Amino acid sequence: MSEEKLRYLFWTRFMKNKLAFMGGLVVAFFFLLALFAPCLSPYDPGDINIKKILESPSPDHLLGTDQLGRDVLSRIVWGSRISLLVGFVAVGISTFIGIFLGSLAGYYGGWIDSIIMRFVDVMLCFPSFFLILAVVAFLEPNIFNIMVVIGVTSWMGVARLVRAEFFTLKERDFVLAVKAQGARDSRIIIKHILPNAMAPILVAATLGVAGAILIESTLSFLGIGVQPPTPSWGNMLTSGKDNIEIAWWLSLYPGLAILLTVLGYNLLGEGIRDAIDPRLKK
Amino acid sequence: MFYYLIKRLGMMIPLLIGITIVSFGVIHLAPGSPIDLQTDLNPKINAEARARLRAFYGLDQPLYLQYFSWVRRLAVLDFGNSFSSDARPVLEKIGERIPVTIFINVISLILIVVIALPIGVISAVYQGSFFDKITTVFVFVGFATPTFWLALLLMIFFGVHLNWLPISGLKSLNYEYLSPAGMLKDRVVHLILPVFLSAFGGLAGFSRYMRSSMLEVIRQDYITTARANGLSERTVIFKHALRNALLPIVTILGLSIPGMIGGSVIFETIFAIPGMGQLFYLSVMSRDYSVIMGILVIGAVLTLLGNMLADLSYALVDPRIRLREE
Repeated sequence: MSEEKLRYLFWTRFMKNKLAFMGGLVVAFFFLLALFAPCLSPYDPGDINIKKILESPSPDHLLGTDQLGRDVLSRIVWGSRISLLVGFVAVGISTFIGIFLGSLAGYYGGWIDSIIMRFVDVMLCFPSFFLILAVVAFLEPNIFNIMVVIGVTSWMGVARLVRAEFFTLKERDFVLAVKAQGARDSRIIIKHILPNAMAPILVAATLGVAGAILIESTLSFLGIGVQPPTPSWGNMLTSGKDNIEIAWWLSLYPGLAILLTVLGYNLLGEGIRDAIDPRLKK
Repeated sequence: MFYYLIKRLGMMIPLLIGITIVSFGVIHLAPGSPIDLQTDLNPKINAEARARLRAFYGLDQPLYLQYFSWVRRLAVLDFGNSFSSDARPVLEKIGERIPVTIFINVISLILIVVIALPIGVISAVYQGSFFDKITTVFVFVGFATPTFWLALLLMIFFGVHLNWLPISGLKSLNYEYLSPAGMLKDRVVHLILPVFLSAFGGLAGFSRYMRSSMLEVIRQDYITTARANGLSERTVIFKHALRNALLPIVTILGLSIPGMIGGSVIFETIFAIPGMGQLFYLSVMSRDYSVIMGILVIGAVLTLLGNMLADLSYALVDPRIRLREE
């Protein structure tokens, strides 16, 4: 089948999947929200107003105000920037490490494979949240460190996946052919095998964004992630917890934003998987 | 079986070594030192006092020497003393908190098995039905729900709004004065929200795994054969399909242990439950090196044991595994 035909098949299958389409819409929505945050947010997210502390939702402040009188809706809009940034950079890091180690293990096999895979096994033994907390404890809690830490503790799945793909792909005729022509290993790996393994990696990365957003919000909620006054959905929920008896809107809405975003990426990821290979559909 | 057991135990040794290296490396390669927190805010401290403190904790030695002396002490279960002001042995601190964490996790694991597995089986057997669709939606929403947010909502609804359930701790302030039955009830109401929350993520995951595992099995030839032989649908599903579909679930149960232990940090912190997760959080906040390393190692070893238990039970119920290995 030609490439256009395959692409056409992918899109028709993807568009037919209503859930995946909805997931894509949600993802696109939050993307635009983050991109146009300055125009879309009704107030400045950092504007403190002591006359309007902890006001419940009203026409003026659609989602209410927080303990410093800041507009919750505006902070959610700006918070989407943090979530997306952390999600994408963290996944970028973990995907890069996963592809690097996974392709080494899968392509060379033997003792290189054994060492890398034992390392993966060891990393998987640690409750991932423990590992992240332990590292974060010794770093300045800022957004850059959070992204790196989430990235370097969540590459194992991708590594296993890439290794498995390489194991089957490296025996295929087209790889043997370029090998016979004397191509260097690095060229075979990057130019010939990797492009054929991209589909499952893309799916894993999409689902990974959802996971990274969840972890960032949890860390920020616990006070060791993105620090106030920078608005992040997680640290907004911290003020929700502090005012749990009086201000339910502080707890409800930021969490709803997390839920929707994560749901969107999950649906999109599953949708891409089903569209790439309908046989995998469960 | 005996041979398999030995082999499986042998495979744990390199993993154990790896666990100690990673735990040690994570802490010692990170910037910042445990004495920073003690010295940063103290204006009287000078370079000499700092050096004395470093020597006192053995931080002035080369890294590999520190590692070997740490492992040598680990081997006899000496996790060292806490860096915090009480300076108690790490093992004692962890030991008194581990039962609560394990208790809550075991209860929620039971809850998961009892609730999620039947849901998965029913939605697989009646694939495409209304029930199947509803549970699929529930599963996707469940996957996407941040546990700590759900905890807040439940606290607001059941704790603040309805005032039915307590929202923090393991017992009430007047616990000592309650009758035995009252004590039991007090304990139970304090545990309802934490147990539900620690089970929540697993409920979504396991009903999904069970469903796909069951769907996989139902398509197999031997199920068609069983039906063709005229067995009742009931016998086919429960005797032939379910037994085989449960096999992969055993492994996934083992694999889910680290996630559950990790999750305990979240709900123990939110509900102020004095378990291992809360201790870990508090140690992280106060940079208590030895406790952090101790919990990392213990958490990983618990996971390792859980996985081994899962593998062993898998081998026990599925002769193909142990025969292939032998």
